[in-house]
Amino acid sequence: MSSLSLAVRDCSTMLRRNLLHARRYPSLTLNLLLTPVMLLLLFVYIFGDTMSAGIGGGGPDRTEYIAYIVPGLLLMTVGSTVVGTAVSVSNDMTEGIIARFRTMAIHRGSVIVGHVIGSVLQSIISVVLVGALAVAIGFRSTDATVLEWLAAFGLLVLFAMALTWIAVGMGLVSPNAEAAGNNAMPLILLPLLSSAFVPIDAMPGWFQPIAEYQPFTPAIETLRGLLLGSGIGNNGWLAVVWCLGLAVLGYFWSTSKFNDDPK
Amino acid sequence: MTELAIAAEGLRKSYGDKTVLDGVDLAVPEGTIFCLLGPNGAGKTTAVKILSTLISPDPASGRIRVGGHDLATEAQALRAAIGVTGQFSAVDSLITGEENMLLMADLHHLSKHEGRQVTARLLERFDLTEAAKKPASTYSGGMKRRLDIAMTLVGNPRIIFLDEPTTGLDPRSRHNMWRIVRELVSDGVTVFLTTQYLEEADELADRIAVLNDGRVAAEGTAEELKRLVPGGHVRLRFTDPAAYRSAATALREASRDDEALALQLPSDGSQRELRSILDRLDSAGIEADELTVHTPDLDDVFFALTGGAGVPDQPKESVR
Repeated sequence: MSSLSLAVRDCSTMLRRNLLHARRYPSLTLNLLLTPVMLLLLFVYIFGDTMSAGIGGGGPDRTEYIAYIVPGLLLMTVGSTVVGTAVSVSNDMTEGIIARFRTMAIHRGSVIVGHVIGSVLQSIISVVLVGALAVAIGFRSTDATVLEWLAAFGLLVLFAMALTWIAVGMGLVSPNAEAAGNNAMPLILLPLLSSAFVPIDAMPGWFQPIAEYQPFTPAIETLRGLLLGSGIGNNGWLAVVWCLGLAVLGYFWSTSKFNDDPK
Repeated sequence: MTELAIAAEGLRKSYGDKTVLDGVDLAVPEGTIFCLLGPNGAGKTTAVKILSTLISPDPASGRIRVGGHDLATEAQALRAAIGVTGQFSAVDSLITGEENMLLMADLHHLSKHEGRQVTARLLERFDLTEAAKKPASTYSGGMKRRLDIAMTLVGNPRIIFLDEPTTGLDPRSRHNMWRIVRELVSDGVTVFLTTQYLEEADELADRIAVLNDGRVAAEGTAEELKRLVPGGHVRLRFTDPAAYRSAATALREASRDDEALALQLPSDGSQRELRSILDRLDSAGIEADELTVHTPDLDDVFFALTGGAGVPDQPKESVR
C-alpha cells in the first residue's frame, strides 16, 4: 500500500475509535445539545413574542422570531459540540494509549484527524437534531432552493471543521479536561455576542464592532440568507475566509502541539 | 559477535537545569534481557521514553540506534521494530479488551481475518478470553498489564521495552509477568526492562545496568555485579546475653550488634569457613541460637554503588 492509503487507513481507524467512544458514552454529546435546545425553547416560547415585536417592527407573533434565531442557534450548536471536542481531546491525551500511538509506526497525524472528523460528524448530527426540533416548533425554509440548501449544509460543515480544529488545539494545550472546557467556553459564548439573537443595529454603538468582526456574525448572516432569502452581501465570502483561516490556524497549531514532546 | 538490538552513546536529557540522564551508554545484544535497575527518579523511564521515540534526547547525545535504525533519522522504521509497554497502562480503558486488540491489529495494517486470529490467540495466551468483551476500565491491575503486553505483541516486535512491568502487581501476577518475559526471549525477542526491584533484575536479566542519578553506576551480569562488593558474612544470633558476650570474646574479629545480640563474621559461605567458625564456638563451649549465611546479593551491590542515597522502596532483605 502507498503511504497515502496507509495514512487514510490509520485516520479511519482512529475515527472508528472516536466514534466507538461517542457511541459507548453518548451522555457527553447529549449534554452538549442541551444548551442550544434550551436557548431555542427559551427564546421562542418565553421571549419570542416580545422579541418578535421589537425586531420585525411587526406584531407580537413569535413565528417571525423563530425564523430569525434558528440560523444562529444552528451555528451555536456547532460551537457547543466542539466544546465537547476540546474536553475529549484533553481527556484522551492523558490516556496512556496516546503514548503507545506515538511509539507506533502509524501516520503521526491520524490521532488528531480521527478526532476532527469524528467531531465534525457529531456536529452534523447535532445540527440535524436541533434543526429538526426547530422545524417541529414552526421553523420553515420553504423559499430556499435545493442549491441554497446544499450551500447552507456546506457552510455548516465548513464552520464545524474550522471550530473543531481550534477546539482540538485548545484541548491539546489544556492540562486537564476542566481547563479544556473553560478554554473552549468562548466558542459557545461568541454567538451570544453576535447577530444570532438580535440584529447588530440594535446593539450599543461601541459594541457593534465586537459583534461584527467575529466569525459567528458573517456565518449567521450567510446561513440566514441561504435559508430565508435575506440579503447576504459581503457576508458570504467573509464567512468562508473566516472558516478557512480558523481551520488552517487550528491545523498548524494542533499538529505542532501534538508533535511536541509530551510532558 | 551478535548484532546489537540497542546501542546508545552518551544518552543525555535535561529539563531546564535538572539533568535526568547524564551521558548513558547502552549496548544490548539481540535476543537478551537487559535490565536498567535504579531507584525512583534515577532516569529509567526517561531512557525508555527516548529509546522508544516518545521524547527526544538532548542534542548533545551521541548516536542512538535501535533495531539497526537511527533514532534521529529513521524514527518511523525504528518504531516498526519495537513494542512498548509503559509504566502507566497504555490501554484504551473506554473500550473492551478485544476492541483494544483489534485497534492494534488495524494500526499494524493486518487484514480483518489476521486481526481476529492474532487477537484471539493473544487473548487466549494472556488468559483474557473470558474478559475480552468487558471494558478495560473494569480490569484488575494484573489484567490491564497483561492486556497491555498483549497489545504490544500484536505487531510481532523484535525489541520490547517494558517499563517497570511489575510495579504494583501482587506476587502471583508478578511471577506470571516473569514467566511471560522469559517466554518472549525464548522466541528470540530482545527485552529492555526497567525495574526498581533487585530480585527481578536478578531473576530475569542477562545483563544489568545500575542507573543512579542519570549515570550508569555499574554494568554487568548479576554475578559480575555481586563480585564487585564484599558482602558475604555469617550471622550468629543469641538469646542469652552471657552467651553472646562470651562468643564475642571468642570471635574477636566479629562485628557486634549488642541490641540484637548478634555477631557478624565476614565469610564466603563455604563449608570450610563455616566449620571453622563452628569449631571455634564449640571449643569455647558456646551455642548460637541461630546461624544464617548471607551471600552478597544485588541489594549489597545496589547500596554500595548508590551510596545509600535514593534507597529503593523495598525492605532490605537481610537473610538469604
